[in-house]
Amino acid sequence: MSRRDLVAGATAAAALTALPSSGARAGSAATDAPVMAKVALTVNGQRRELELDARTSLLDAAREHLHLTGSKKGCDHGQCGACTMIVDGRRINSCLTLAVMHQGSEITTIEGLGQPGNLHPMQAAFVAHDGYQCGYCTPGQICSGVAVLAEIKAGIPSHVTADLTGAMEATPAEIRERMSGNICRCGAYSNIVEAMTEVAGRQA
Amino acid sequence: MKFDTPAGQNPIDRLTVVGKPTDRIDGKFKTTGTAAYAYERHDVVPNQAYGYALGAGIAKGRVRRIDTEAAKRAPGVLAIVTTLDTPKLGLGKMNVASLFGGDQVQHYHQAIAVVVAETFEQARAASFLVSVDYAPEAGKFDLAAEAKAAKPVEGSSGEGSGGGAEDRHGDFEGAFAEAPVTLDQTYTTPDESHAMMEPHATIAAWDGDRLTLWTSNQMIAWTHESIAKILGIPKENVRIDSPYIGGGFGGKLFVRSDAVLAALGAKAAGRPVKLALTRPLVINNTTHRPATIQNIRIGATRDGHITAIAHVSTSGNLQDGKPETAVDQTKLLYAGANRLTAMRLAHLDLPEGNSMRAPGEAPGLMALELAMDEMAETLGLDPVEFRIRNDTQVDPGKPERPFSHRDFVGCLKRGAEAFGWDKRNPKPGQVRDGQWRVGLGMAAGFRNNLLMKSGARVRLDRTGTVTVETDMTDVGTGSYTIIAQTAAEMMGVPLDRVVVRLGDSAYPVSAGSGGQFGANNATSGVYAACVKLREGVAQRLGINSADAVFEDGQVRSGNRAVPLGEAASAGELSAEDSIEYGDLSKKQQQSTFAGHFVEVGVDVDTAEVRVRRMLAVCAAGRILNPKSARSQVIGGMTMGVGAALMEELAVDAKRGFFANHDLAGYEVPVHADIPHQEVIFLDEVDPQSSPMKAKGVGELGICGVGAAVANAIYNATGVRVRDYPITLDKLLARMPDAA
Repeated sequence: MSRRDLVAGATAAAALTALPSSGARAGSAATDAPVMAKVALTVNGQRRELELDARTSLLDAAREHLHLTGSKKGCDHGQCGACTMIVDGRRINSCLTLAVMHQGSEITTIEGLGQPGNLHPMQAAFVAHDGYQCGYCTPGQICSGVAVLAEIKAGIPSHVTADLTGAMEATPAEIRERMSGNICRCGAYSNIVEAMTEVAGRQA
Repeated sequence: MKFDTPAGQNPIDRLTVVGKPTDRIDGKFKTTGTAAYAYERHDVVPNQAYGYALGAGIAKGRVRRIDTEAAKRAPGVLAIVTTLDTPKLGLGKMNVASLFGGDQVQHYHQAIAVVVAETFEQARAASFLVSVDYAPEAGKFDLAAEAKAAKPVEGSSGEGSGGGAEDRHGDFEGAFAEAPVTLDQTYTTPDESHAMMEPHATIAAWDGDRLTLWTSNQMIAWTHESIAKILGIPKENVRIDSPYIGGGFGGKLFVRSDAVLAALGAKAAGRPVKLALTRPLVINNTTHRPATIQNIRIGATRDGHITAIAHVSTSGNLQDGKPETAVDQTKLLYAGANRLTAMRLAHLDLPEGNSMRAPGEAPGLMALELAMDEMAETLGLDPVEFRIRNDTQVDPGKPERPFSHRDFVGCLKRGAEAFGWDKRNPKPGQVRDGQWRVGLGMAAGFRNNLLMKSGARVRLDRTGTVTVETDMTDVGTGSYTIIAQTAAEMMGVPLDRVVVRLGDSAYPVSAGSGGQFGANNATSGVYAACVKLREGVAQRLGINSADAVFEDGQVRSGNRAVPLGEAASAGELSAEDSIEYGDLSKKQQQSTFAGHFVEVGVDVDTAEVRVRRMLAVCAAGRILNPKSARSQVIGGMTMGVGAALMEELAVDAKRGFFANHDLAGYEVPVHADIPHQEVIFLDEVDPQSSPMKAKGVGELGICGVGAAVANAIYNATGVRVRDYPITLDKLLARMPDAA
């Protein structure tokens, strides 16, 4: 069963009227006992072993099983970026991947970047520049922000990179382009770009 | 504390903490993921089960049968509650559509069942096994088609705008007929979604007949009362707790189905239940900003003085729903002796229309300020000058009633200067920058200042720590910080000696968060409680409270200086009070003003619009924390760009629902859409408003921005689009030659 089948049924009518066969298909899967699987991950430097329903997303594994609720569920569709984690050095939407696909992965969540008494420079810059309001997209923005600066440093180009051979810089245009998968409905974008620019300058 | 005479000198005027740009005191929690939102409160109650909500698959009709047999047999399922098992429940405060119960379907994705299981995955899987048999009925979904049958209706946004079905001053028709220069145009704005980042979510736990809801809600007292009424239990048996809220924008003003379903699911399962609405349910299950059709007529003398102005708005809603109060600002913004405003409401069977950030003014100014731009061009006047020429210092409908403080002209002049408005070419379509046609646009921002009773409790312990408790909420507005600043200023302690606890129904009732009334009223309530606490401190220390100076963590009187905490050495001191308002706001009109300035580039070939620069100049009384206030304003500006360029709930007029019900289909601005944004606050106070001398500012930022963008696009291209959002398909065919 694909993840698409799993998420297709928020409307009760869909299974009954539009797709009469899908109800039966989903039925056989759902009435069976859940398929459990063991997975071992390294989360924020700690090895964690979990036995999970195979359908558990990496996001829900963190939030519901490890009680690391810093990563947020804004849409569960990979559309908002609030669930962004850094997995094996790359930022991903953790709602779009199953936990059991990450055996052995090195995962950094917002909790791993810094803590209230020990802020990561990006977290401190978000506070200083007021790069957030409600705070719900913030962990995803910060994880993405940290990864974006690393991507630029590594010379990975983006849609707005004009010169693919020269030294890449964390310009506001590069930051805006690369951060566009992280929605902030409160509208803190202008301040987030300033926070990231400050951190990029400090790193340079 | 009764506030019925203008504020004189008070401890807030020292401005040692208040008025200073201040980092948020909750910032370290929000940026580390340690601020726990509703669904994340693993610690509050053990043994939480998972609820999964189902929404109706028809827009109107009846649920005939719900078959839950297969779902009940699914692994992990603990309980299923359907709307047919549940009698029709009462409505909560301000609810229009029923949240749950009974067989009637009033709108698409109205909640019809909740499945409770051991895990989220099991609840979701089991929910697919629920099959539903409907008796659908035909509904009305197309505002344009129903507008002809719309009826005159009075109404209030409940947030400072509203009016009669028809309000008149002078003789509009006569003056309009005689005016040498006139405009008569119709503008439309679409349905919009709050699209806050955190979906509505609740953990519900019963302890006997007592219910606790850890939820995400802007108005604790309303929800407290509403949930008791809906469930038919005494209010004393309900506790609501909502310390962190992942955005609301009006979408979480009222109790919603997540709270009701979690409570019913928890009762049925005999266990605490956590439930979040799925993103698609957020859009059709909850509320939205209703679409409008607005007709504006303006008559003016040749030298640009308005003599006649009319604004008529038509919107739609469910039975008993209210109109979008889009005409209200037109009563107060510009001079003119002959005036007409009117609202009409069509019946629609779409999901419930209700408050979204600056209800009324946000869509109203998108139309009015576009019309003003058109009128200025017809008159051959600069748009800034045309507005200045029609400034008024009194309520134009009641000239005996002045504004408490109105520096609208200051906003426009300062903005024009700071933005380089004098460099704008008044002739559209003239300026090129490579691939881009460049244009400048501006618009007025206007939003009323609302006064609402607000209470707080302030406690002092022997260490000199001041703790504030109020059911006020922080929806991202910065309430935690401005409340701490207020208490610090009043008690003469540094910010880090203040603890702020919010969002709990066990605390004194506050104004809550909505209608840009939160900051001024909630801090005034804290001010009132602190005045009382200062008296208590003086009494304990045996000094005259009139002489006492609270400063640097000490209380001083004459030569005597005592550490503040000493007043609590014999036991904690506590004081509770509310701010309550007299009739100052009736005698004088209290409003906030802005000038919005925008530069856009429009691609010569594709008509893609890029916002290049934005500036807002705001006149909104004392700014309590310029840092978070600026964030509120740029947030409004960002949402205004969304309204101008992309946000539109796509109505499936056949099936009766919003088809683009997720964050990929319902487009909101992303990083790449928003340039650096500038905000200037005019340095002012309004002693008529409150002891804080502040006014609202949280929604001023969105008011007028959409029109400023639209006017900039016109200046860039010469193409006037009157139907929002201004997507490139509306520009492309009429774009000037690229050459």
